[in-house]
Amino acid sequence: MATVYIPTALRLFTDGTSEVVLVGENIGEIVTELVTKYGDLKTHLFSNEGKLRSFVNIYLNEEDVRHLDGLNTKVSEGDKVLLVPSIAGGI
Amino acid sequence: MIDIKKNHIDQIKEHAQKDYPHECCGIILGKFNGSEKTVTQVLEISNEKEEENRHNRYLIPSSKILEIELYAIKNGLDIVGFYHSHPDHPATPSAFDMEHALPVYSYFIVSVYDAKVVNFTLSVLSHDRSKFEEELIKG
Repeated sequence: MATVYIPTALRLFTDGTSEVVLVGENIGEIVTELVTKYGDLKTHLFSNEGKLRSFVNIYLNEEDVRHLDGLNTKVSEGDKVLLVPSIAGGI
Repeated sequence: MIDIKKNHIDQIKEHAQKDYPHECCGIILGKFNGSEKTVTQVLEISNEKEEENRHNRYLIPSSKILEIELYAIKNGLDIVGFYHSHPDHPATPSAFDMEHALPVYSYFIVSVYDAKVVNFTLSVLSHDRSKFEEELIKG
């Protein structure tokens, strides 16, 4: 179980909710729960191939889960999960 | 609709000219008021793309976004958008811009030729990610 904090840009798809408590043993389960609960979020977090978009980063207690165990990173009650985009673009 | 004052637009233009022929980038802070935004601060951010690709790409890493998000929360603000430049190219959002965008945020793009700003565009990604829509400036 963990609390997921939703960035402002995505609250449009969570009925305005800025944080939501979700059940899951690891980050992957938490994110799956999130897009199950808020289906419209899915297209912004996952590509058409079902992979997490390259610019979507997940932080567990302010540490990038890529530096932990990725989607397999275990979560505990009271943990904070943040969705943080990296911003890219160009010509 | 976005309320952005001339001094903030000028700051973005100056940054675009200063960093030419590289792309510049930055974060736009302010407040959301329903579907409208009011800009209160423009932050210049270092383009973290590798040097050989800075002429046509920019990157603001998530660690910087997190840092600014926490700064915004502390100051009662929101990240309302981002800006970057297109050196020697039109200000039209590219397919690459669209692929990496999120809805709601404003995307301010400046066209710079020979170190001089030509024009700019302000766009918002549609909710279905299919296109950028022009965002009007208030006033």
